[in-house]
Amino acid sequence: MASRKADPFSKVHVTLVVNSEPHEVAFAPHKTLLEVLREDLGLTGTKHGCELGECGACAVIVNGDPVLSCLVLGIACDGAHVETVEGLAGGPALHPLQECFADLGAAQCGYCTPGFLTAAKALLDANPEPTRREIEDALAGNLCRCTGYLKIYEAVELAAARMRGEDTEPDREILYGRQ
Amino acid sequence: MDGSSLTGERVSAPTKAPGDATPTIQRSTPTSARIIGRAQRKVDAVGKVTGHTRFADDIQLPRMLYARLLRSTVPHARIARIDTTRAAVLDGVKAVLTGRDLPEPFGILPVSQDEHALCPDTVRFIGDPVAAVAATSEDIATAALDLIEIDYEPLATIASSEDAVRTPEPRIHDYGDTGNLHKLIDLEFGDVDAAIARAHHVREDCFFYGGNTHLAMEQHAAVADWSADGKLTLWSSTQTPHYVHRALSKVLGLPPARIRVIACPNGGGFGGKSDPFSHEIVVAKLAMMTGRPVKVTLTREEVFYCHRGRHPTLMWIKTGVDETGRIVGMHFRTLLDGGAYGSYGVASAYYTGALQTVTYQVDRYRFQGARAFTNKAPCGPKRGHGTPQPRFGLEVQIDKIAEDLHKDPAELRLEHLTPANSLTANYLRIGSMGLGTCIEKVVEGSGWREKFRQLPHGRGVGIACGSYLSGAGLPIYWNDMPHSGVQLRLDRGGGVTVFCGSTDIGQGSDSVLAYVVAEVLGIGVRDIQVVTADTDLTPVDLGSYSSRVTLMSGNAALQAAERAREILARHAAAKLDIPTDRLGFADGRVFDVERPETDMSFAEAVQAAEAVEGTIGTVGSYTPPRSPGRYRGAGVGPSPAYSYSATVAEVEVDTETGVVSVARMWIAHDIGQCINPVTVLGQVEGSVYMGLGEALMEDMAYRPNRNLVHRIPSMLDYKSPTTLEMCDVVTYLVEDPDPNGPFGAKEVGQGPLLPVPPAIANAVYDAVGARIDEVPITPEKVLRALTSKQRGGEGRFGPSSFPEIPWPEATRVPPPWEDGDGRAASGERARGTVGSGGVRTSSKAADRRGGTTESSFPEERQH
Amino acid sequence: MLRLPPFTFLQPKSLRQALKMKEEAGPEGMYVAGGTDLYPNMKRRHQEPKVLISLGGIRALGRITGGSGGSALSVGAGVTLTALHRHRRVRIYHPALAAAAELVSTPLLRNMGTFGGNLCLDTRCNYYNQTYEWRKAIDFCMKKDGAICWVAPSSPRCWAVNSSDTAPVAVALGAEFVLAGGEDQRVVPAADFFNDDGIRYLTKHPDEILTDIRLPPQNGWDATYWKVRRRGSFDFPVLGVAAWVKWEGALVADARIVLGAVASSPQPIPEAAHAIIGTELEDDAVSAAADAAFKPAKPMDNTDLTLAWRKEMVRTYVRRALEELRGRRRHVR
Repeated sequence: MASRKADPFSKVHVTLVVNSEPHEVAFAPHKTLLEVLREDLGLTGTKHGCELGECGACAVIVNGDPVLSCLVLGIACDGAHVETVEGLAGGPALHPLQECFADLGAAQCGYCTPGFLTAAKALLDANPEPTRREIEDALAGNLCRCTGYLKIYEAVELAAARMRGEDTEPDREILYGRQ
Repeated sequence: MDGSSLTGERVSAPTKAPGDATPTIQRSTPTSARIIGRAQRKVDAVGKVTGHTRFADDIQLPRMLYARLLRSTVPHARIARIDTTRAAVLDGVKAVLTGRDLPEPFGILPVSQDEHALCPDTVRFIGDPVAAVAATSEDIATAALDLIEIDYEPLATIASSEDAVRTPEPRIHDYGDTGNLHKLIDLEFGDVDAAIARAHHVREDCFFYGGNTHLAMEQHAAVADWSADGKLTLWSSTQTPHYVHRALSKVLGLPPARIRVIACPNGGGFGGKSDPFSHEIVVAKLAMMTGRPVKVTLTREEVFYCHRGRHPTLMWIKTGVDETGRIVGMHFRTLLDGGAYGSYGVASAYYTGALQTVTYQVDRYRFQGARAFTNKAPCGPKRGHGTPQPRFGLEVQIDKIAEDLHKDPAELRLEHLTPANSLTANYLRIGSMGLGTCIEKVVEGSGWREKFRQLPHGRGVGIACGSYLSGAGLPIYWNDMPHSGVQLRLDRGGGVTVFCGSTDIGQGSDSVLAYVVAEVLGIGVRDIQVVTADTDLTPVDLGSYSSRVTLMSGNAALQAAERAREILARHAAAKLDIPTDRLGFADGRVFDVERPETDMSFAEAVQAAEAVEGTIGTVGSYTPPRSPGRYRGAGVGPSPAYSYSATVAEVEVDTETGVVSVARMWIAHDIGQCINPVTVLGQVEGSVYMGLGEALMEDMAYRPNRNLVHRIPSMLDYKSPTTLEMCDVVTYLVEDPDPNGPFGAKEVGQGPLLPVPPAIANAVYDAVGARIDEVPITPEKVLRALTSKQRGGEGRFGPSSFPEIPWPEATRVPPPWEDGDGRAASGERARGTVGSGGVRTSSKAADRRGGTTESSFPEERQH
Repeated sequence: MLRLPPFTFLQPKSLRQALKMKEEAGPEGMYVAGGTDLYPNMKRRHQEPKVLISLGGIRALGRITGGSGGSALSVGAGVTLTALHRHRRVRIYHPALAAAAELVSTPLLRNMGTFGGNLCLDTRCNYYNQTYEWRKAIDFCMKKDGAICWVAPSSPRCWAVNSSDTAPVAVALGAEFVLAGGEDQRVVPAADFFNDDGIRYLTKHPDEILTDIRLPPQNGWDATYWKVRRRGSFDFPVLGVAAWVKWEGALVADARIVLGAVASSPQPIPEAAHAIIGTELEDDAVSAAADAAFKPAKPMDNTDLTLAWRKEMVRTYVRRALEELRGRRRHVR
């Protein structure tokens, strides 16, 4: 439980449920969730590209909603459930989104990838069969400079199909271009 | 944390148990299929999608300090006083640095050693670093910066390249060709004036290509660690660890053998992490001073100040054609706004004139280029390095020429392609040349013939082409050593480790090494470990620039793998008692191709070899072929192979607002041979994306009337296309293997960007009849052109003139078809004395060759 | 990495508690709701409160009540922009507001940013929305740490731009804002909530809390919102056009046209409204309204895109907004 009258220079003691595991962590009250995850919990999978809410690289899921961890205070997340890219696989096997991002080249440099995976997971949790337009809209808060987004859409579509139980392989054009 | 465990991050160890780890795509493909050309995961894909990949800012070391740089708040001034006393005594501050502590200059090019880690006496743009602090937290380091007092004595500010032409004094640097013109080039291949005078039709056009930046998602970061035994380690988000290694050694005065540079996986580069940077040197120095690890992570704003992006370039092109549209003479002038430092600028300037001749036949060609110093963030190499600007001008002008001649612009291009296996007017050797096929693919795929000049008002199509190097033919520091080296270590368990200095910036170069070796040795990609970009562990590769890595490190890996196969074959053949030429390597087996059941495992083959020869390791290296050009300046442009691209853009233009939206692009790219088609497609689509951003919105804008501040140094205000601006892309990969590429592969990382902006500009014209002769093509420019057209004006937006520039005497080189031999007929002697202040390369080879007429890299003129 | 300056963070559970905390903190205290506007500003040292009072834990601010069958709807200021635009009754009866909310920034940010926060959005200017170090290079500006408005150096006032998407819609709809302060609660018309000054851009007292937004009942009016910006997400408006018309039969009985992002407050253009009252929104009337809106609109050189283009777009987008309303009316008939 966060102390009510936190002093600006003394640390607050907060419990975050990160990737289904409770973590007790102490940090200065002005630290953002991004900073707490990366610096206090060592979860460096969550990235940052601007720290001003202008790029989406730091997206994580808090209590079911994808948010920008650079604009959330750690102290405000006391007791919250936080999902980061590190928790996506949930075991030795990758999450279907991770499988498809890997197979279709949706991750090039990989720096924006955790944010995209987060936003895409939240989308598929809410909408198992999104249209291309819905995917574009849901990912409109994440910038990528490598891919031009197309491989990301294709990966989300393939993952969605597989998560619906469809035995789907990517079209040949997605892997080899148009003939 | 010790260095080796961090290095271990770069090894592509499988993270899943065997059996369930088969990538999906491989499941549907026969295991005997070749690796080369087959779609598959990158070797680092799992690390990228799990968050395990460790980027520079992800490194945490015990007792680590945090550094921040104080940057100039004035665009051009002398530093009259700098007082760090108050900062130094702030609680938690461990060290403070100023320019006095790092007096040795550096720079990526030997001729432009004009940067200091911290400005000792003069600041040249807002953002120029002047002091640095290391403290126990980033908060404290930031607070300390505000306690550093600096008095500046302002100097006059140069805001643009035209301003620099007009204002030779005060000089931003005390070197360079004249005044504030850093570099002047004049090369003539045949009598262009005469050719143009005799031409059937002549066009003279001006174009402007605005400045833009890489905006890699990852902000630059670096961590330095100093050991009491006198050794320094630097981890950095750099594309060029080899050049960072050189710069650290030079500025810090340490022998290279005691410096280890490790390039972390880059969170995007695009050329923006190709220079050695101040912050890298500063953290190294701070680590040496404090004996503690020091990290710096730049803010997004600071990344804008590092820049090294696209040079804003003004162009004037006069082209004469015959009745068929064949270019009989082309006179091309460029004026580049270089910003405050040299960076790669001399090369950039040459590149704006280098590749005009490699797509369409140009009978006679003259190039005059100038690069200016201005008080803005330094420009340098961004994806396409110096070639997207002239490509834009050239491709739009050809569109205009086609219209003047009443010809279809696709047909005109097809009729005058530079032939395969030929030499251009400026002595570039063309090998494979698939542009014709590329044009045919996009013309057919887009329905060009049914759309061009036939879509309703407001909709239009445009075509453009481009070409790019598969690696620069000459290194930055001229020497006789290979450009890329690979070492292979074969383990008796059947694993193979590839060591190479190449740097994966997301383009997949680590994977290329693994695929090449796996293909040759017939083992699985996952049986190969890749160790790259570590100056202690890996042989030199020059870096991830000029689209050189697949071809050069791929060839080095190919050679090392073939040598390993020879060793294994010798011993396997003896064991199997068959001739070596009957051995096959596939599926992790070494077998008799005539009786495949006679075989052994790959591991057994290694064991057989190791039992006789001891530890099995091989090396491979690659040096590009010598180019035929023998004139000064011939060093920029040659490449072992050229990639080609053609694209058709379909756009919609809102005639009331001027807003252009690109609906779809069809793009065909001549890749030679795909190593992995998925990553090739990714590079094509990413290039289209970046080209789209440059064409429509990205703009490195400054406020000349407000101290020349960067107008918009943020992710929000520097406009990078989102999912909602990205167009649909149809990609065709054209495979026509080039003899110089590994398995025939050519580049793809940069070339496909080039045709995108001109195709969009040409499509806008097709849609609404207005010519936008500059990028970005903003709504206001379109609207102004449309308004001008409505009022009976020329219906055009763009520059109308090119300033007078004191060009040097031209270097005249007769083209090959006018009995030229690649040497200058005149002009070189006179130019040999131009310029001063360049810094000699430390390479003896370069010095040895420096004064000869054969010297070809631009730096050589300084010696 | 850009980081927040230190502060004390308070998390009241009730309005009363929050008001008391603010009173105790005085001018060094600030309220924060979603934080999507305040935290970036704090990282750039625009605001440096010593005490932050979070409104996130106050349940009353998160409610949406009323609105069934088109009756008056009351929306808590703490409702996130996502919840606002997804809310069924908001979508049915106030589609212009739902559209405006959905056009704010990005889906990620809308999951955090609140309706109240968007209405109270700090005015923006690209001389102001820069880091401390950047602002030093222009010797700061009037809005923070400096003396001059660089947009208009001879002007005595600050010209930072109201860049809210929901504010012009709220004004056009004739919404009312409920403010809690001390023991009192007061209700102000949306138009009176804003002030055309880049520094004092709200009439709200800093201690007051915007608690609810009351949206008028549906009784024959229609409204729309058009947003102009460079990209389809992330970007603030460089122009917003909110248009509201009350139909009586085929005729416009009443109208309000409000421009966003051209001044320091949402700018109602009564001349434009007058031009369409009593008309069927025929082309001439629409053109007259567009011209009337064009004249007083004075965008300044402190946002994306050029001011000449943005001014020209006032005409185009007022026309497009009214044509949309006309089309919908015809469609309904």
